[in-house]
Order: sequence, then C-alpha cells, then structure tokens
Amino acid sequence: MSSRELILGRVRRALADVPPDDTPYEDAVARGYLREHGERGVEETVELLAENLADYRAIVHRCGEDELPSLLARLLAERKASTVLVPSGLEESWLAGTDVARVADRAESGPHELDAVDSVVTACAVAVAETGTIVLDGGPDQGRRRITLIPDHHICVVRVPGQVVSSVPQALERLDPGRPLTWISGPSATSDIELDRVEGVHGPRTLEVILVG
Amino acid sequence: MSGTFVGMPAFPEAAREAVADPTLRGNLRHATHTIRAKRAAAVAEVSDWAELREAGKRIKDHTLRHLDRYLVQLEEAVTAAGGTVHWAADAEEANRIVTRLVKETGESEVVKVKSMATQEIGLNEALEAEGIRAYETDLAELIVQLGKDRPSHILVPAIHRNRGEIRDIFRAEMGEWGRPAPEGLTDTPAELAEAARLHLREKFLRAKVGISGANFMVAETGTLVVVESEGNGRMCLTLPQTLISVVGIEKIVPTWRDLEVFLQTLPRSSTAERMNPYTSTWTGTRDGRAGEGDGPRAFHLVLLDNGRTDTLADEVGRQALRCIRCSACLNVCPVYERAGGHAYGSVYPGPIGAILSPQLRGTGSEIDASLPYASSLCGACYEVCPVAIDIPEVLVHLRERVVEGGTVTREGNKVVLKPARGHAAERAAMRAARWAFARPGALRAGQRLASRTRALHPRTLPGPGRAWSAARDLPAVPAEPFRDWWRRTNGGNAEEGTTK
Repeated sequence: MSSRELILGRVRRALADVPPDDTPYEDAVARGYLREHGERGVEETVELLAENLADYRAIVHRCGEDELPSLLARLLAERKASTVLVPSGLEESWLAGTDVARVADRAESGPHELDAVDSVVTACAVAVAETGTIVLDGGPDQGRRRITLIPDHHICVVRVPGQVVSSVPQALERLDPGRPLTWISGPSATSDIELDRVEGVHGPRTLEVILVG
Repeated sequence: MSGTFVGMPAFPEAAREAVADPTLRGNLRHATHTIRAKRAAAVAEVSDWAELREAGKRIKDHTLRHLDRYLVQLEEAVTAAGGTVHWAADAEEANRIVTRLVKETGESEVVKVKSMATQEIGLNEALEAEGIRAYETDLAELIVQLGKDRPSHILVPAIHRNRGEIRDIFRAEMGEWGRPAPEGLTDTPAELAEAARLHLREKFLRAKVGISGANFMVAETGTLVVVESEGNGRMCLTLPQTLISVVGIEKIVPTWRDLEVFLQTLPRSSTAERMNPYTSTWTGTRDGRAGEGDGPRAFHLVLLDNGRTDTLADEVGRQALRCIRCSACLNVCPVYERAGGHAYGSVYPGPIGAILSPQLRGTGSEIDASLPYASSLCGACYEVCPVAIDIPEVLVHLRERVVEGGTVTREGNKVVLKPARGHAAERAAMRAARWAFARPGALRAGQRLASRTRALHPRTLPGPGRAWSAARDLPAVPAEPFRDWWRRTNGGNAEEGTTK
C-alpha cells in the first residue's frame, strides 16, 4: 500500500464518528465577523493607510499624478542610487525625471546581479488601510518577486483611492490566488531578540510608499 | 547542551534546573511579559475578535472532520499548478523523501525557512547524516543552530537567550559556518540583526534548494502560505531553483476566502502586529505561465502525518490539530514562564506542547506521560487561543488516559494502554476516599481520630507523597470535625459568643 492510501485510510478510520450528512462547509463556518472595521470615507481610508504604513516604519509620501516623476527623481537622488530596477510594465513616464541607470527585470538575472542594484521602483496590486499593507502580485508593473527583495531600497507607488481597500477580507477578494503574492507591511523586521521588534533584516531595509492621486 | 530531545526525563525533573537558573528566569519573564501586553493591545484593536476566533475554530473543525476529502482536493490543485505531492506517514519517511529530492538536484547544501514540521521530524540531522548541510535562516533558529542549542519557543526558538548571550554566540560561532561576526559587535538588537543579515546573505544568493513549511494550504486553489517577518522566508521561497515544503496534513483550509480569518488572527496573536512584515503565497510554479522565471522551477509538497491521524482519532484530543502555531498560549502560561521550553522535551513546548506531544508521540515515554501534568489548569491558554482550543479540557482528558489507560490509536491501529505505573498511590488514595465517603460512620470515626491526633501529624508526607508536599503545606486538620461542630452548636445557632 502506498503512503498516500495508508494516510487517507487512517484519516477515514479516525473520522468514523463523523456522520455522512455532517453540516456542509457553507453552514459549518460562522462568518459573524466584520468585512471592515469602523466606518470611513474614501479620504479617511487613505489617511489610515498612510498612518499604519508609517507606524511600521515605512516612509510615506503623497503627491499628484503630475508630480510623481519629480518626486521619484528626488527620492532616488537622496538615496544616491546609481542603478534602479524597473519592472517591464512600469509606467514609462514615472521615471522620466531621473537619469539613474535602469536595470531591466529579466528572467535570467541571477541573485548576485540583483544584489548590485541600489533601488527598485514598482507599482502594487492592492493596499490595505487597516493593516498598513501593500500587496504585490507579480503583475507587469511589479515584476518578479526577487526584484523587490534583494535591493535594499524599495519605492512602491500606490494609486489612491483606486487601489486602496479597508480590510484584509476586501483585499483577498481582489487578489488572484493563481499569482504569486507578496504582502508587505513595513520594512523587514524581527522580534527574535527578547521579543522586541527591530527593523531591518533580510528584505529591503528602506521601504518608501508613494500614495499618488 | 545536546541538540536532541530523545530520552528526556519527566517534566518536573527537567524543569528543576530551569527554575533554579536566575538568568533564564529573567530572560523568559522579560520576553513573555513584553509580548503579553502588546498582544492584548493588538487584539483589543479589532472589535470582532470573538467572531474571528469562532470562525477560525469552525473552519479548522470542519476541515478536520472532512480531512480526507480536502487532502485529495489539495493534491489535485497543487499537481494541476505544476507541483509534485509526496505523502509521508512518519518522520523517517519524510526525511527519506526530502533527502532523495535534494540529492536529485546534485546539491549538498540547502537554505531553510523556519518550520516546526521539519524541527519535529529532525530533518537537519537526517540531512547531515547524508552529507547535506542545512542552513537555518530565521534569526532565532540561527541563534539555536550556531549555539548547538535546542529550540524553546514556537515563534522565537531562542527566547531563552538574552542579547548578551546572542552576541557571544555570534562572535564565537559565525566564523565556523561562513562569514564571521563583524569586528566589535555589540549587543544592540539592531547590530545583531545586521550581523545575521551579512552572515546569511551569501548563503541566500548562492542557494539552489530551499526547504520550508507552511502556515496554511488552500485546498480549492493549491496555494501555500508562509507568514514571516525578516524576509528570510521570501529569500528561501523565491531564489532557489527547487523548493521543498514539508507540511503537516492539518494545515489545510478549504477556501481562499478562509485566509481572511487567519491573516487577521495569526499576526496579532503571535507577534502582536496588525500584520507581519511579509506574507508569501504561491500556487505551484510559474513554469509555462506569465512571469516565467519568477521563483523555483520545481516545487515539491511533502504531506506529513507523523501522529496526526492518531490525534485525529481522539474525539476530545483532535481539537489540538486546530493549532496555527501562534504561541500566544506559551506567552501567557505561568508554568512556561518559569520552566522554560526545554523542560517540555519537544519542539512544541508550553500548553499546546503539553497536549500535542503526548498525542503525536503517544504517552509511552516518561516525558510524554508527564506532560499533561505540566499545567496549573488556570485556563489562560484557552482564553488567548485564536482558534479556541480548550487546552485544559484536553489536559484533563490526557491525565485520565495516563492514569486509567484505555483504547488509543497508534500508527493507525487501535491499542489498549495499561494504566501508567507511578500513579498507584494516587489510585489507592482515591479508592480509600470513595470507600469512606460512602460510609458515614467510618468517615466520622476517621475524622475524629484525625482531630485527636493533630499534634502528631507530620509536616510532609512520606514515600511517594513527598513530591506533593515538597512544594505545598499539608492542610491543617481542625480540632473538631465540621459535622461534630454542626451537631454540637445546632448549626452555629448555639455557638458561644455569636449573636443572631
């Protein structure tokens, strides 16, 4: 007998007490919890996102669509970045204001190559106000997962209010589980030393989020 | 300190050393009290905590009651997405599968995301025996690995170490494993985190094989979820060409939507955050799909039983399989705070360990038979549990099993346990009590005798009772039995000096 059959057989014998007409999934799960916490207008939701991002040490900027290229140019210059990773589908105009050398996100780029790049600029799929989270889904304007992981400086552009939801349940509704997702809440951190939070371990140590719109 | 839990003495004996160690007591007290207050604040932020907890409990219960169906559904979904599913009945089989998969890649080193399942099966030791070096990349796991130590907490395996001890371990050991600790490393947490970053980076960048566990597996979509903080998880899940995930069969949730419950309750319960810094989800591989070249080209899922189906067979005990490994119960437990994690003799310490280890491994060994007693039954663990596991209920259930024996399932077969030795005196005392309480005359005579001989009573019990009275005062026997007093004073009405 294969281990698959062995384990499934054990499971079935272990569940001999469960009747064949056991409550189906739809009725077994009580979903008395909230779809979102509190009542907020659109602007308040964006405010909350900014507040919670900052609470976990992301650096938050707000600007209009037309100011974005100059803001990105300024942030890259302040960082003294000489190279910036660019996902293939990133809006052309966003980096029009900077002459920092661009590095394309290519399937064949190895980790060591990416380790030499200073910064990365991406869009996002959705942002969650209640938790201060941005979610990347590997879309053309976000690129492969590794490009937002190895460089030490990540600038993420969130279109507000269109990409902002209030809560985790609302975010999951918008996301496609078939895509590789990365949920990011602040720069990398650890609580492993005396259960106290310290920012800056393996992921980008500086996370800047631009709320544009 | 040895890196193994095999042959551990019973809990009280194992805990004695820890309880007498003031540094360890201080480290544990500081860490658990820090997180306790933060968790309470994070939970208080959401007004529907009780409803989220109930939903989490129901989702897990439903899944466990139909686990066969969901396992098959998960297997189909993972396979359809380009992954390969393996089934492992026990630790030895899981280790054999993983070792073979690593060898097939031709590599002799792997990077690991923190995973309780691989700790449980002793994967690192099994790989080492086959000439494969496994590098732990979670900061606390790294501290444990470098210190040749054992984990003592589910979330923070090095919780028993303070910053000074961590600095000393880094200075002494990092050079043996790769890049040495920076010159003049101090004990500030930020510097220690930086040292770990530098030490591990070269390993991440060259790694060809990653090994992980998973917090959740979604049956309907075949998606796996890893919740983490440092980014070491992202490194191991996305940079290597081959990813092997070893996951307990109880980690399934039926639908994508179910994650909306656990992604709210897990971070707040474990690290007391609204959301942990990084959560990764993936479904199979990207091979042949949009975004090709994003992440591993080969993905293997090893589904692990190793005592879980035996636990499932116990209608009271199966609720332990709802556990999402948040460790909130450890952080509030008065016994854990004083005894530390090592005394539990398992990678699962604390209250959840006290009900999980004796079920996964059976109550055959001294340590496992003693674990259901490693609790004051205060119930704080139940109160904070985000999936409402009634830990005290299962503890009492397991105590009964240890004392009275009975039918249990081991490796899929029903076996009858004999009552444990060592509880003979307790059983004799209970039998005597039952006899006396059923005979009022004998009870009265006994009570009067006890009252008259009061002055002669010892302060401690002799023989096996000594262990009980070593830490407790024997109850004082009154000068007059209550029932004699009641009769003499007509229920207190005739008591001298009382006014009615």
